[in-house]
Amino acid sequence: MITLEYITLGTGILLMLMGIWGLFTQKNLIKIVIGFTLVDTGIHILMVSIGHIKNRTAPIIDDAVNASEAADKVVDPIPQAMVLTAIVIGLGITALMLTFVVKMAKDNNSLNVSNFKSLKW
Amino acid sequence: MESNLNIIIAIVLGVIILIFAALAIYHKKLSVAIIAAGAVSLLASIMYLLLAAPDVAMTEAAIGSGLSVIIFFYALNKIRKHHD
Amino acid sequence: MIKKLLLFVLLAGAGVMFWTGISDYEVKQDLNPIASYYADQGLEETGAANLVTAVVVRYRGLDTLGEVVILFLTASILGFFLIKRDGKNDFRESSEILKTASRLLEPIIILAGVYVFVNGHLTPGGGFQGGAILASALILAYLANPNDSISKTLLKITESFSGLSFVIIGVLGIILAGGFLDSTLLPAGSIGNLISAGVIPIIYLFVGLKVGSELAGIVTNLKYAPKNESE
Repeated sequence: MITLEYITLGTGILLMLMGIWGLFTQKNLIKIVIGFTLVDTGIHILMVSIGHIKNRTAPIIDDAVNASEAADKVVDPIPQAMVLTAIVIGLGITALMLTFVVKMAKDNNSLNVSNFKSLKW
Repeated sequence: MESNLNIIIAIVLGVIILIFAALAIYHKKLSVAIIAAGAVSLLASIMYLLLAAPDVAMTEAAIGSGLSVIIFFYALNKIRKHHD
Repeated sequence: MIKKLLLFVLLAGAGVMFWTGISDYEVKQDLNPIASYYADQGLEETGAANLVTAVVVRYRGLDTLGEVVILFLTASILGFFLIKRDGKNDFRESSEILKTASRLLEPIIILAGVYVFVNGHLTPGGGFQGGAILASALILAYLANPNDSISKTLLKITESFSGLSFVIIGVLGIILAGGFLDSTLLPAGSIGNLISAGVIPIIYLFVGLKVGSELAGIVTNLKYAPKNESE
């Protein structure tokens, strides 16, 4: 029986693998940063779908979910809280990487990784 | 019935996400690649809604597809000369 | 070519590894003990109807503090690298449509952001989302009027004031209540009201202001970064 969790888990893993593929095969620095953000999104989908439980609702107690039976009606709130902070940190790290890209492109006059000789010997 | 609909939506979303990811990696024009990466985030936020995570969906829609695309474009604007 | 083949083999190996991880993944029927404790006791202990908020602000409050610190460090490093010594940046004027629309939209977007982080303990949303929405209002202002700059000092003051208040509330929790960032510092109030859940709305207000000003600072630094002049 195919369920929602398997589909989202599969999507997350494939997205991660595609991101890693992009990280290693692309020569353009901006493309490398894009590959990193794809890996990021894949991991987030993976984490949220691990916390999901079939036929349950969002972890908010309101008219639909009584406080007394909350543990039987809501999905796991902890992975969602972790992903919440991870997304914001992901944006910070993307901005940091882009800063380094701007700096490197300025110093080496190129965006192509193959042209950076300073670490080769 | 409702669950079946959710599964169909999730499959369609997953396929479109992977197509946009391939576009983001392989398109020659950098601006198209950046927008495709933003679209991956936007569709992922719909997936979070299906997974009963509205908080995460809001964050991803605001940050992944809004702010990060803008940051990419500002950075791209700074290095436009080497754009090849 | 051989490199790509090797990489493909590597990724296929990683894929097989992940697949063995999920192929015997059983769809869960119940929450694990910690999560079910949070679901059962979260409302009573914190007064926040949104359990994600309860986890983020109360149970894992220290994580949130560390996260905000990491964001602050990122913004500082970015400002350090993109420092610009001499003055003028000329940006192209934007179109009349964008200018007029931004005058209409900016107050609405700011109001939406404030709504999202003030109501974080009742409805989906919170400091991070609201801060991001505030920052996007500022980006709209940048796009509409590229040559008007907003004051960096204001951003700095907002950022450091809200960060400091966050820590002070946490320390007050140690002195007056049960521990660091304890939300029972203030009375819990009745569930569902705007002013309830102890200090959670106040903490989320500061988190929202801090995240918003930090993201705005990141975008400002990238906007005024020196353009690459060399050929």
